[in-house]
Order: sequence, then structure tokens, then C-alpha cells
Amino acid sequence: MAVTNERQQLLDRRPQGLDLGPTGRGGDRLFGGLAKGSGIAVIALVVFVGGFLLWLAVPALRANQASFLFSREWMPGIQPPRFGIVDLLWTTVLVSGFALLLAVPVAVGVALFLTHYAPRRVAGPVTYVVDLLAAVPSIIFGIWGIKELAPKLAPLSSFLSGNLGGFPLLRPGIADNGTVFVAGVVLAIMILPIVTAFTREVFAQAPREHKEAALALGATKWEMIRLTVLPYGRSGMVSAAMLGLGRALGETIAIMIILSKPSPDSPFNPSLFAGGETFASKIANNAAEFDSPTKTGAYIAAGLVLFVLTFVVNAIARLILQHSERKHA
Amino acid sequence: MSESSLATPGTSFDADLTGGRSKARGAKNILAAVLVSACFAIALIPLAWILWTVASKGLHLLLDINWWQQSQRGITSRTDGGGAYHALVGSLITALACAAISVPIGVLGAVYLVEYGRKGRLARAVSFMVDIMTGIPSIVAALFVYALWVTIFGFERVAFAVSLSLVLLMVPAVLRVTEEVLRLVPNELREASYALGVPRWKTILKIVIPTAFSGIVTGVMLGLARIMGETAPLLILGPYTKSINFNPFSGNMAALPTMINQDRTESLQPAVDRTWAAALTLVLLVLLLNIVARAIARFSAVRDR
Amino acid sequence: MDPKGKDKNVNHNRFAAIAVAALGGALMLASCGSDPTPGGPDKGTSSAEPTKSGAACPSGTLNAEGSSAQKNAIEEAITAYQEQCPDVTINYNPTGSGAGIKQFNAGQVDFAGSDSALKTEPKDGVIEADAAKTRCANNPAWDIPMVVGPIAVSYNVAGVDGLVLNAQVAANIFNGTIKTWNAPEIAKLNPGVKLPSSKIAVFYRSDESGTTENFTKYLQAASGGAWKKEPAKTWTGTGSGKEKSAGVAEGVKATANSITYVEWSYARDNNLAIAKIDTGSGTPVELTGESAGKAVAAAKADGTGNDLRLKLDYTTKEPGAYPIILVTYEIVCSKGLDPAKTELVKSFLTSFASSESQSSLEQIGYAPLPEEVRTKVDAAIKAIS
Repeated sequence: MAVTNERQQLLDRRPQGLDLGPTGRGGDRLFGGLAKGSGIAVIALVVFVGGFLLWLAVPALRANQASFLFSREWMPGIQPPRFGIVDLLWTTVLVSGFALLLAVPVAVGVALFLTHYAPRRVAGPVTYVVDLLAAVPSIIFGIWGIKELAPKLAPLSSFLSGNLGGFPLLRPGIADNGTVFVAGVVLAIMILPIVTAFTREVFAQAPREHKEAALALGATKWEMIRLTVLPYGRSGMVSAAMLGLGRALGETIAIMIILSKPSPDSPFNPSLFAGGETFASKIANNAAEFDSPTKTGAYIAAGLVLFVLTFVVNAIARLILQHSERKHA
Repeated sequence: MSESSLATPGTSFDADLTGGRSKARGAKNILAAVLVSACFAIALIPLAWILWTVASKGLHLLLDINWWQQSQRGITSRTDGGGAYHALVGSLITALACAAISVPIGVLGAVYLVEYGRKGRLARAVSFMVDIMTGIPSIVAALFVYALWVTIFGFERVAFAVSLSLVLLMVPAVLRVTEEVLRLVPNELREASYALGVPRWKTILKIVIPTAFSGIVTGVMLGLARIMGETAPLLILGPYTKSINFNPFSGNMAALPTMINQDRTESLQPAVDRTWAAALTLVLLVLLLNIVARAIARFSAVRDR
Repeated sequence: MDPKGKDKNVNHNRFAAIAVAALGGALMLASCGSDPTPGGPDKGTSSAEPTKSGAACPSGTLNAEGSSAQKNAIEEAITAYQEQCPDVTINYNPTGSGAGIKQFNAGQVDFAGSDSALKTEPKDGVIEADAAKTRCANNPAWDIPMVVGPIAVSYNVAGVDGLVLNAQVAANIFNGTIKTWNAPEIAKLNPGVKLPSSKIAVFYRSDESGTTENFTKYLQAASGGAWKKEPAKTWTGTGSGKEKSAGVAEGVKATANSITYVEWSYARDNNLAIAKIDTGSGTPVELTGESAGKAVAAAKADGTGNDLRLKLDYTTKEPGAYPIILVTYEIVCSKGLDPAKTELVKSFLTSFASSESQSSLEQIGYAPLPEEVRTKVDAAIKAIS
């Protein structure tokens, strides 16, 4: 671009007599090559990972006798194998969606608090504290979730499933605490910092003139926020939620620790109070099962679906962000 | 901030009506403030709760010097004693081995994007791939390395394989942060250097990277903090041991997450205590990295002004 | 992250440099750590110098993986052995019998712990015994019985002490036919006990487990047809799954009106109530070291040569014998490991099978191997080459 051309001109105009030492152009070629090589290495790595996983997954998918996308069975070990991802997909989507539902309103509230309510002196340290939540490793969320949080949520769960059990989503499920409900709450806490961070950034960028105009017209603080900050930040909020969703979909160990597996032949229960397995927790639970190519392939196929799901969600988030950036720029 | 004075538009002569509206609007305004503050409190409760749980249940073991100097060798879930030294060392070695691979690739990749590739087709492809990489769930990264390392090559599960799977998670983190800080380096610096006849590679090494150094270190620290807490790759690729092992290429190597995982399902008190103590150690380690990273960022940012 | 400065100099990065140095320094400093003193720090002065008695100690590392049923037993054995031979490191990862055999067959570990002997018929397209043979450079792998652990039927029902069950009722509870605690079948076995009308919450092992396999073997053999599914490492009954023995034990502990099957040592460690089993011998049998020992003594050796499979009699009617027991085998290569590893395996297993080590297991919820079996085990270990 402009700068490059300028730089090129500068380089071209360099006095020829200047002693650059033996490493002048050669050094540039070497270092530039290294940098380029790293870039190519990144591409190669991703292509290799994707290609390799596909290469392992395809034979298993070919041999699969059940519908991969629409079957509830998971028996990759039998001959011929039968496996489908409906249950995994449902649990993954349910737990992530539920977490998002809980996290986004709170995150928006926290972001508003930090940008528009808290005094500046408080907002700085507090922002830092919320970011700390993101630093707590997920295995700790997992053991805390099942050992500390789950017993406290149990009365609420039994109240909900007892009184509103008519709704499919609130139907009574398993007897213990390892429910999608508990896992969703823990997941919500885990994605809260990332959603908050992005929302906060967007809210902080809301144009001052708009806000002042609203206040000048006599709006209360809340009206000002509702009329200027929220509309301005809407696309930012959506993309923040998407990024949080991307994080939630791939979460492994916390979910694996918390969720109970329903017995293999139990009927499909869509409820929040059922147990289940997500893509990630299924793979982690069965790490020892990768002993035959078909079985490994089946798990890899599930992993690829997770990969694609995460990628699509992240891509949507990025597209929205880019779009709104362009709009506001 | 006195919105109440601003909130009386006085467009109506009907004092009653205006008053009524104001009151409703005022109430809504207060309600919003209360709700927003409540959200904030809700966000803080879990953090305080987790930290309290981990600290109150694990702290007493950390106060014993043996915790930092001894392994768990010869200690069963029925006996007290031993420490987390083996796991601490294992976590650090695994993370450093990962950093040793990821940081050069990440930094050089960012240099390529910012300094060489600009917006060329290759640069855009690299950028796109980094975005994909960011989205790779850790379990998929682990699955990939397992399939390659164990299934295809037939190697043993060792700490280095864990490091390799963590590379897939750390490269995009380092690359993105480095890219960001390199872009912040003012062009005047580069141009001044070129004007003096310094070649591009020397400008990058001597001017651009040093200027952005603290930013890069921050990125690396945050990346390390993230991968140290990762458990999924360890479950698949890094079997636990109670003994000390310094060699990432051979034998089992402990790590803090696997130490937690080993004992988390136990119900005997010594094992339960150790679970929480290991959890606290991990939290402290990760928090320390975060705090150092942010301190660097902040410290250098202040000096810049 | 805002290094926008125009007059930035190296000074600004001093802090970063210090941080990097500190990280490296921490690692260097840390390298002065050590293993705890043998015998554990608690035992203090009373613990004598490590006695290097008996056979000469080899040195090296053994990795093993498998059954979590024997975890507590093998941990004690490893601790004792490493005290004796400080140059040996033995790692045992209790990931479950299924995982142990798979990792053994994949060449990832030196021996596996499994709650059932290697299968000789295909399952999931793999014949375990054949795969193990391939792993051992075409030498057969041997099943060496080492740890005998009773399986407790543990429950959590307020006010109900000494619940009595028989195989048929247990099968019907675990397959979901009997749904409430006050079902007539249960009441009939427990006259005079006030049973609640609550639903029965069944917990099962969600991982592949030899405990599940042995328990379902018992149910199938003794329930008179009430348990119809084929015994397997994965659960085929009703309920909700929990990870590992400790997971199901914790589940029962935390959930009212629940029931599970779990190794005796875990039931004891969690203070769970344990059902008495009515074997048809007259009086219901309580689970004790003695009652489990009686059933083990009735077990017959079943394998060929040094492949020592035990045949358990689940339907035993002998008075005072507790019928639900499982045997954990150490699965080893008869030949084919490199000599150093072979020596290590032999040395450790000999120590594990010694009568001294076996009898110490009783205190933590296991039954010692019957002497007759133990002698054969000793011989088999000696025959490994």
C-alpha cells in the first residue's frame, strides 16, 4: 500500500555507496523467508490438521450403517459400526444455548455498569477482577460446579421440574446433580468474562455526541442508554454472544466432570434436567477407545462436526463485527 | 450526574401529567440502575465463591514448605504429606516446550502479516487460517495429536505430545497479540530507520520488535496462562505420575490439572485436601501469569506517555 | 498493551525482561525439589531406613494402567515396593479395565490391571487375547490374579439399616423393573422394615468397567433369568452414569433413595450402607473380609498353564459366603518385553503377591488371595521371561 511504496522508494533511493555489511540483502532474504515460512507453516498446519482428521474420519463414515446426522445410536465398535450424533448435537446446543441465555443479559448489565454507572476509579480494578474469572482454569470450574454449586441448585431444579415438568425442556430427568442445567450455569459463568469484555468495548465506543444529545433532550440516564448506547452496540452484543457461544461449544473438562451419562437405552429426553454428553465430553470420556481405526474415525468425525460448528459460530461473530466496524468507520 | 434536573422537559403545562410521567420514568431509571448493579454483583458472586472454596479448602497444604519441594511418590490417598512439586515442574516444562515452538511461529507469522505480507493474497490466507485455528477446541487438537503421535507413529504418550497439541492453541493467541502490537508501532520509526539505510530485517529486529517487545511478552504470558489450565489434552496424551520427571520426551510427566483430575473423585480426606490444594496452586500460577502480563502491559504503557 | 510511544527505549522493556528471567528462574530454583522421605513424612522417626532385604532391587520405571477396583490395593503395594527399592518408579493410572487393556495392547503401558481376563472371542471387532499376543511380540499374554475385591451393593435410604436383597430382586432393581423402594419384592425380603415409597435412583459406572462386568455376571448367573442382558464392561441396565468407582460412591452418598454397585473399599471409605445378600443359604450374608474370603476359597483355577483365570461361583449357597466378588488380574507379557522391563515386572509382582502384602490388603477392603491360588501365581510370575 502507500506506506510500502514509500518504503520501497526509500529503499531504492538508498545511497549505493553505503556499506551495509555482508548481511544486507541476504539477511533480508533470510529473515523475510523465515517470516513467510512461518506464515506458510500456519497455513500448512491448519490444512494438515483438517485434512488428516478428514482422512481418518471418512472411512469410518463410509462404513457407518446408521445415519451420521440423524441417528441416536453410538456404537462405533460393532461390525459394521453404527453411530449418529443427534444426542451429542442436542446436548451440546442445549447446554451452550442455555449458558448463553443466562450469560448475555448479565454480561450486558455488567458492561453497562462498567461503562456508564461505575465511577472511573472503580471501573478499572473491577474490569480487571471480571477478567480474572476468565483466568480460572476450567477443571476448577468443573469440580467447584459439581461439588459446591450443584447441591445449592438442587432445590431449584427439583422445584422447576416438579412444578413445570409439563414443558419438555423442564421435564424431570436424572436423579443426581449432573444435569444440563448445572452444566449450563457453570458454562454461563465461564463465558461471562469474554462476553462482558467485548460488549464493554462496544459500549465504551458509543459516540459521546449521541449520548449528550439524548441527555440534552431530557432523557434519563436509562433512556439515554436505551436510545443511544444499546442500538449502537447491538451488533457488537450479538457478535460478543457468538464468541461466547464458540467458547461454550468446545468446553470439555468442566462439562465432562459435571454431566451424568444417561443409560444407553434410555428414551430421548430433551430436558434441562437430563444428563447427556456433548461432543467434547464424549471424546474426552472415551479417550481410551481410540484403539481401532473405525472407532477413532467415529470420534474424529464427531470432533470435526464440533470444529465446523465452532468455526461457523466464530465466523458469524467476526462477520458481524467487521460489518459494524465498516458501518461505524 | 444529576439526571433528575435534566429529566424535566417541561413541554406540558399539565403539571400533574408531567409529574406522573417523570415519576414513572424516574422509577424506570432507578430500576435500571439497580438491575445493572445487580448484574455486576451476580458476576462477582461466582468468582468470590470459587476463590473462597479453593482457598479455604486448599490453603493449609500450601503453607507447608513440603508442598513446594516434594512429589507425591509413595503417598496414597489414605496418607497425608507430599507436595505438588512434580506437577508444578511438569506443568512448567510442558508449557515452556509449547512456548518454545509457538512463540517463534507466532511472532514470525505476525511479522510476516504486518511487515512483509501486508494485504497480499498469502497474508489474507494466513490471517484466515489463524482465525480457524483460534476456533479449534482443545479436545480436537488433542485428538489430532493422538491420532498422529500414537495411532500413526506408534509413539508413547509423553509430555512433548501434550506440548504439541497445545501449540495449536497457543500459536493463534501469540500471533494475534503480536500482530496487534506490531501494527501499533509507528511507521515513523520504520521510515527513520530505512532513511538511515538500515535493511528491513534489521529494522524489524532492532527497532520494531524491541518497541513492541513488552506487548509481545504480555501476549505470550497470557497464552501460557491459558494453556497451563488446559486439561483435555492431558487426559488424552499425558498420563499422570506421582514421581518427578524432567524429561518431556520419555516417561509419564505429572501436571497440575492431571493431579487435580487424579484425586478429584476420591472421597478420602487426604486426597480431597490435595485436590483443592492443587487447584489453588494452579489458580495461583495462572493468576500470577495474568498479573505479570497485565503489569508489563500497564507499566510500559504508562512509561510510553 | 499500548506501546504507542515515540521515544521508546530499551528501559521500558526492563520489566518484561525481568519477568521472563523470573519465569526461567522459578524453574531453576524449583529444580531443588525431591520425593518425600520413604514411609511418608508423618511416620516420622519410627520409620526405619529403607530395608533392601530380599531379592536385589532392579531400577527403572514401570507404567501400568487399568482397573480402578484395585487402585487402593496397588497403591499400597507400590508404596511398599518403592520403599524397598527406591530406584524403581511405578506409575499406575486407574483409568478402568477397558482402558487398561487397550493401552496395554497399544504398547503404551508395561502391564494392565483388569477385572476380567483377556477375552478370547471377538468384541468390537478385536480379540483381546490376540491383540495382546501381537503386543507381546507373538507371545501369549497371561492373566495373573492378584487382588480380590468384593463388590458391595450400596444404598442410601434414610432409616433403612441392613437392607436384604437377593440376586433376583437386585437384578430387577438394576434393570428398572422394580421402580420404588416399597415394592412388594423388596418388602418381602425385609419384613418389619419401613421402606419409603420413593423412586429408586440407580447409579452405574459410565466408564467401561470390570466392576460392571463382574456385577452383571453375578446378576446373570444368580438371578434365575431376571437379568437378560449379556454381561459387559459397559452398563446395560437402567439409571444414571457416574465416572469411576468414586463417582458412583459419591452419587449414592449425595442422593437420597439411591443404590449402586461399588467395590467394598470405596463403600467403606464413603461410609455407605451395604445390603446383605440372601444367597438362599438361610441367613442373609453380610459383607465382611471373612465372608468374601469364603467365596474366594471356593473359586477354581480355570486357565491353561500359567494363564491363571479364576472361575468364581456366583451361585454359591455355602453359609456365610458373600457371592459378589471380583478378581483383578495383572495382564503381563509371558515373554517379549525387553529384559530390564521384564525384571521389573517380575520383581514388583512377586512383592505384590507375597503373603505379607496380600494379608495387609484386608485392612483396606480387599480379601487376600487363597493360599492355593497364591502359590500358582508365584510360579507363574517366576515363569515370565
